[in-house]
Amino acid sequence: MAHFTKATSLHDWLNQRLGIDTLNRVLATEYWIPKNINFLWAMGMILAITFGLLLISGIFLLMYYQPNIDLAFDSVNYTIMQEVGYGWLWRHVHGVAASVVFLIIYIHMFTGIYYGSYKKGREMIWISGMLLFVAFSAEAFSGYMLPWGQMSYWAGMVITNLFSMGGLHLDGLVEWIRGDYVPAQAFLNRFFMLHVLLIPLAIIGLIGLHFGALRIPHVNNQDGEEIDFDAEAKKYLAGDKANSKVIRFMNDFLAKDMMVVGIFLILFFYLVFYHYDFAMDPVNFDPANGLKTPTHIYPEWYFLWSYEILRPFSTNVGLIAFAFAQVIFFLLPFLDRSPNAVPASRRGLFKYWFWAMLIDMIILTAMGKVPPEGIFSAIGFYAAITFIGLWIALPFITKFEKKV
Amino acid sequence: MKELFILVVVTVFTLVTYYLVEPFAHSQMHKHVESEGFTYKDLPALTKKGDATRGKDLVMGAGACAGCHSIEVAGLPAPMDPVTAAQSYGVNPPDLSNAGVVFDAKFLAALIKNPAHALMLEHKYNEKSGKSYPMPQFYGAGGDMDQEVADMVAYLQSIAVPQEKLTPNMAFETACGRCHAVHYPYALDGEIHAPWTQIGEKPTFKHKQDELAFETKVLDYQDALTKYLGTLPPDLSMYIRSRGEHYIKTFMEDPQAYLKGTAMPRVGVTAEAADKVIEHLENVGDSKRHKREEIGKYVMIYIIIFAIFAILWKKEVWRDLH
Repeated sequence: MAHFTKATSLHDWLNQRLGIDTLNRVLATEYWIPKNINFLWAMGMILAITFGLLLISGIFLLMYYQPNIDLAFDSVNYTIMQEVGYGWLWRHVHGVAASVVFLIIYIHMFTGIYYGSYKKGREMIWISGMLLFVAFSAEAFSGYMLPWGQMSYWAGMVITNLFSMGGLHLDGLVEWIRGDYVPAQAFLNRFFMLHVLLIPLAIIGLIGLHFGALRIPHVNNQDGEEIDFDAEAKKYLAGDKANSKVIRFMNDFLAKDMMVVGIFLILFFYLVFYHYDFAMDPVNFDPANGLKTPTHIYPEWYFLWSYEILRPFSTNVGLIAFAFAQVIFFLLPFLDRSPNAVPASRRGLFKYWFWAMLIDMIILTAMGKVPPEGIFSAIGFYAAITFIGLWIALPFITKFEKKV
Repeated sequence: MKELFILVVVTVFTLVTYYLVEPFAHSQMHKHVESEGFTYKDLPALTKKGDATRGKDLVMGAGACAGCHSIEVAGLPAPMDPVTAAQSYGVNPPDLSNAGVVFDAKFLAALIKNPAHALMLEHKYNEKSGKSYPMPQFYGAGGDMDQEVADMVAYLQSIAVPQEKLTPNMAFETACGRCHAVHYPYALDGEIHAPWTQIGEKPTFKHKQDELAFETKVLDYQDALTKYLGTLPPDLSMYIRSRGEHYIKTFMEDPQAYLKGTAMPRVGVTAEAADKVIEHLENVGDSKRHKREEIGKYVMIYIIIFAIFAILWKKEVWRDLH
């Protein structure tokens, strides 16, 4: 057993038992971050804060929400939105944060792709990040079921139908997932459980993994420069802060993070109070009705690109393309054969690949929402083909990339 | 400078995506119907100046309005209870006390002369279908028909509450309430109102039996209405969020513009009454809107101050780092 002495202060008392000084040093003051970064490096902190907002607002909503197909809609739209003090605020914060969190995730992902932050020892950061993306997607989808509006019901119908696997006709699997022939009470109950317990637990665990994965390879910087963190940290600690290439996580990095967070929150709360419709689809303010299919069924904006990869093809081909889109991002570190872990702007053909992929996904997103008719159908089809083509081309164009 | 450039790139891509999935996509999915400002251009203008006293005689007498309609302000009760009325006519004929302030004068005149035409229901009630609208046409009481109609409209306007006294729930009940229920309670001028059913506000009952009896009546009424219209008109509790002001207003103005062949009649309200109906739906489905705007202001001020402090903190911390 360790040797304990009479504590001289509360700090000392805790320090002897928890090692808070060491923790503080390892996790904050001597956790070294490169200095050569821009505001895109603050997206992680914004995501953490937004997840916090989702968690806190979710806890308040959970106190009044009723997971019952006869009560759910009114418990959200009347009890929470109108009866409970500030219930409307928590719901708008929750709804808007659920949408905005994906915008930030996409910015975070494309930042990683642009700066090559998934290469050279950073593969696990990328993979854990993609697992988080999947977990957030499942969380968003299950949460969308809960108000039991028209879009909840029909999105639940359409997405669970995917598990029949087209030509394989696994209807039994679909029924097993729903616990019924159609989305009904069993379906709502299990998605409620997933949304408030299982998936949040998974997300919290994955956030731990994602942070842990950063520890050894360290955070990338905006020139892809390899930094000797030990030497630079010594320089910093010796007082030569200006010439050191690294900064402390706390307060140096945190101060910059919080600046970006502050500006982000202005946008966020503007959306919460004055421009929330984009995140709370009007169709979902009609109660679920299994006998009345809405004219247009579309997922929330952040799923549209993968929905559009499913849509332009025949059932089986569409499902294969859809499955491809779901897993292919995981393989990015291995499909990119280039030895260069530098920004895309310095990487030959990859530079064009990056912008083509970004623009293609925006086109897919747009086409995923509009009715699949005429020109939109054609654009969606070619954009989906382009998406698949770009991924197939990736190993080839990166293999012949010159070393910088 | 480089960071500013990156910010511009991120913002542009975000806004383009937003534009495509929101304004653009919705413009492709939904038909846009422009409001005519409740002017009812297709209906003829009133050419005669009405006289309320003569109008009263017509409404009570030769016009035969009182045979079906109640006029409570004039002490005229309904000839039938709502359920029997709905079972006889399909829908309970409205009380006419406030018709003169809720409905447009041109519309009222056209309605008296030819209800199916004024209500835009000629696709349903015509010679070919052999069906006629439950309310009979007024063929005149022997004099100048335009004058007689103008007199009746003048009478209805004379008994209605003045414009400024028309409350949102009165407008809703007269214009929409006999077909549409609203199952959320709402507050108006500090008073809590019970959920609205097609036969009136749901009273508070001491005995379960009485409550069940009332609910049976509502179901009977709804059955008659469903038979008459082909479907039960939707509950409007959340319509202010699911459809929004523009859609609701233009739909009231011309339901056929959105749903060709719908059994929903043109409502014929004045622009002012339409605003009141919207206000009522806001009171029911978005009752915290004023609070939202008020709190929003304070939160924005708070968060801007927070951002300023965060920027100052960053500048302070990074002074030594450059």
